[in-house]
Amino acid sequence: MKLITHNMLTSKGMKNVKEGFPLKIQAEEMRNVDIDYDRDFITRMIPKLDWKALVFAAQCVGHKEDLPDTLPDGYENDNELLKRLHHVLLEVEVISGCLECPETQRKFPISNGIPNMLLNEDEV
Amino acid sequence: MIRLKELESWLQDLQDFETPKVALEQYQTPPHIAAHIAHTIQASFGDLEGKLVADLGCGCGMLTVAAAIMGTATVVGFDIDSDALKTCKENLEELEITAAELVQAEVRQLGVSCSRFTKLFDTVLLNPSFGTKCNQGTDLEFVQVALELSHGPVYSLHKTSTRAHIIKTASRWGVNVQVLAKLRYDLPNTYKFHKKKSVDIEVDFIKFTVNCHIVVEDFIKPCPHRSTVPSKWAKLDVKHMEMLDGSNQTNRQTALSGDFA
Ligand SMILES: C[S@@+](CC[C@H](N)C(=O)[O-])C[C@H]1O[C@@H](n2cnc3c(N)ncnc32)[C@H](O)[C@@H]1O
Ligand SMILES: C[S@@+](CC[C@H](N)C(=O)[O-])C[C@H]1O[C@@H](n2cnc3c(N)ncnc32)[C@H](O)[C@@H]1O
Repeated sequence: MKLITHNMLTSKGMKNVKEGFPLKIQAEEMRNVDIDYDRDFITRMIPKLDWKALVFAAQCVGHKEDLPDTLPDGYENDNELLKRLHHVLLEVEVISGCLECPETQRKFPISNGIPNMLLNEDEV
Repeated sequence: MIRLKELESWLQDLQDFETPKVALEQYQTPPHIAAHIAHTIQASFGDLEGKLVADLGCGCGMLTVAAAIMGTATVVGFDIDSDALKTCKENLEELEITAAELVQAEVRQLGVSCSRFTKLFDTVLLNPSFGTKCNQGTDLEFVQVALELSHGPVYSLHKTSTRAHIIKTASRWGVNVQVLAKLRYDLPNTYKFHKKKSVDIEVDFIKFTVNCHIVVEDFIKPCPHRSTVPSKWAKLDVKHMEMLDGSNQTNRQTALSGDFA
């Protein structure tokens, strides 16, 4: 699971959960992969990201990489920042561990790089 | 862009469901059909390269892999079944595909309103369960979720026999339906022990788009690849895939770009 994916996962489908976001990452095993840098894609992704959740996720896995706490104005022209973002979003992977719901502490296991977001019938 | 033949040959190496679960309708899309689909989505519409894409019910990853090979920035495959996902992961690793993500989830639960997924993806693909007599309509339920997740088009496969119903339902939703091709699934293996040597089912390859001005603007934007489309389609193995509006060569371009005129 990459951090781009973390930024879209929630436990909102559970009953009594309001936002279920961001899920806390507890990483046991990580790996890095190489992905071609696509500046257009990163620039286009930024408005869709929840920046706070991304910084939180990066912190959880020890890859904050000097990401600023708030998204600076003019980020489109900050190639340095875009490259760091590319790395954090696409090149850092959690192989095993879990995601924890911020409201109920329900844990969603991650194994073989795949988060299991399935809910039991009594949870929805 | 990768050549169609090359894409197909990569897809031929993918492992299939080890023990397919009939209740989940786990049938792999045949590689030549998956290759044509992914190639068309990129060549005619430019909807894969550099895009954020979802594949709902990814199974062993036939469409996820095809999309990744066509150059998606990230493709996220969702499936409910851990055995299928395990095989899917092996397929991704075998082909050294790093632009694909997998998530175990129930597709129907992805549609919760106003979640982070809402209108997040540039393109959503799916080969849903067609549904049997006892669970009709699963395919449209999945399409509905797909439309919720995509701010752009949804590409899907449906039984041709249900086309009228699909068009009717979609128009009720305010959604455009464009049947891009009629495919013929030849199912020799499944029926090997039966009297008939093979059974054909006819399947429509459909593009769904929401009727709103943002999407319309996308449409008018000239697509640099558009001019290459007819020749690509002309290469199709007509035994398996047939353009709508008759399969004669002169009609191909009209069939494909009809809705854009
Ligand atoms: C017809 S297969 C297509 C597999 C793959 N996309 C392909 O094209 O080869 C449908 C897939 O949807 C999955 N599926 C069925 N119901 C599901 C559900 N409710 N939520 C998530 N996945 C589901 C099945 O496990 C299966 O892998
Ligand atoms: C001839 S169909 C009959 C079942 C079908 N659901 C029906 O109600 O008519 C069964 C075959 O269709 C194929 N099939 C069904 N749904 C599919 C799908 N979504 N994707 C790929 N193949 C599918 C499988 O190969 C399966 O063996």
